[in-house]
Amino acid sequence: MGADPTLRDRFEHGLAAPICLTWELTYACNLACSHCLSSSGRRDPLELSTSEAKALIDEIAAMQIFYINIGGGEPMIRRDFFELIEHAVNQKVGVKFSTNGTRIDAEAARRLAAIDYLDIQISIDGADAETSDRIRGVGSYDQARRAMDHLRDANFGEFKISVVMTRDSIEQLDEFEALASYYGAQLRLTRLRPSGRGVDVWESLHPTREQNRRLYQWLLERPQVLTGDSFFHLSALGDPLDGLNLCGAGRVVCLIDPVGEVYACPFVIHDEFRAGNVREAGFAHVWTQSPLFTSLREPGSPGACASCGSYDACRGGCMAAKFFTGLELSDPDPECVFGHGETALEARRVTLRPTPSPDHSKRVTLRLSAR
Amino acid sequence: MSVSATSAFDASAPWQLSEQVSLRDEAFGALAYHHVNRRLVFLKSPELVAIVRGLSSFSSAHEAIDAHVDSSQHQRYVSALSSLFNSELLSGR
Ligand code: SF4
Ligand code: SF4
Repeated sequence: MGADPTLRDRFEHGLAAPICLTWELTYACNLACSHCLSSSGRRDPLELSTSEAKALIDEIAAMQIFYINIGGGEPMIRRDFFELIEHAVNQKVGVKFSTNGTRIDAEAARRLAAIDYLDIQISIDGADAETSDRIRGVGSYDQARRAMDHLRDANFGEFKISVVMTRDSIEQLDEFEALASYYGAQLRLTRLRPSGRGVDVWESLHPTREQNRRLYQWLLERPQVLTGDSFFHLSALGDPLDGLNLCGAGRVVCLIDPVGEVYACPFVIHDEFRAGNVREAGFAHVWTQSPLFTSLREPGSPGACASCGSYDACRGGCMAAKFFTGLELSDPDPECVFGHGETALEARRVTLRPTPSPDHSKRVTLRLSAR
Repeated sequence: MSVSATSAFDASAPWQLSEQVSLRDEAFGALAYHHVNRRLVFLKSPELVAIVRGLSSFSSAHEAIDAHVDSSQHQRYVSALSSLFNSELLSGR
């Protein structure tokens, strides 16, 4: 996908259906990653039932949505996981799903390998157990590696290794590349946003300006590394990175959460960006009629970025990153490559930052001692 | 569209939209998605979409083009189809 300016204008006005639809199947998760974008942990009792989920897949197929990105929580925890993905691919709706890998044993790997139109992304947060487990919990790295071994042994083909760029993982770019090539896998790097539990760790874990500059160079030299278009704020540094280079929220991107709520993007699970619920009038209705989406499809104003010569490349960056750091949407991205975001953050220090609305993190149980 | 008319695309042969491809109408034309190579391709004119959808009912690409646009446009659409061919969107019949 090259950055074609006329096409980008079209996309800013929205499409008949999203290109990048993420559907989080469950809030349940057996891990508790510190940066979880959906604050997952506990299943929500109101999650879509199997028949509701299948009806949603039918609607997605009717809208000719080419593929869905399935996430969670840990999607494989749902007992109807295979039933649902098979229901989708049987109707030619491709499935890409993100998993922590803990449920991919030899048998699951063989079953996955037998399904067409299926992509798997296994998440790690470091190229070694120590770095990765610091974020994802003890033992999680080894489990993810075992899942990769099983997929390889089952001849799954090219799966993806997905890494969120933190201050630590960004120092291991070459190691991730080597790991991917060891498995014949594709490497996918995405941006750390201050969403979900990420709100609490973003400040200490987001890359420094110098690290971002190195990442930009590294990515420019490696167009084969996937990024889900997440680093377009770095395009302000020079040549644009591969991708659409725009905030796709409500235009080409959206999220359906486990209870059917539709949000503008997976990184803005907050009432302000809630467009409706698929249980009310269906997903197509929300996508085409929601007043929130209509307003997101109007041309944005450059706001505080108006005088920046790089606005055309970076478009002021990521809406979610601004929102959850307490910035106005007209402010520069908190990680603006020229440091304007840091200045804006400084100026807004006193404002209360919004907290993500639903929180499904596991409750911490306090053990009271008898004595 | 960046058109590279270098390939073995033969406009006098019969073609069709590949079975691996889904096509979705959009205000600007259509989006095409190849389920196997996972490429997303933009068809940026309604005429091109009509030609592509009609390919299978003509005995050559030339005929399919002539049915939808006038002759001054013909060569442009041969190039456009050729570029879709290069993205593996078309298959022979
Ligand atoms: S000032 Fe705004 S447009 Fe310019 S680089 Fe920073 S965030 Fe991007
Ligand atoms: S809000 Fe950020 S993460 Fe969401 S679509 Fe926009 S740029 Fe991407």
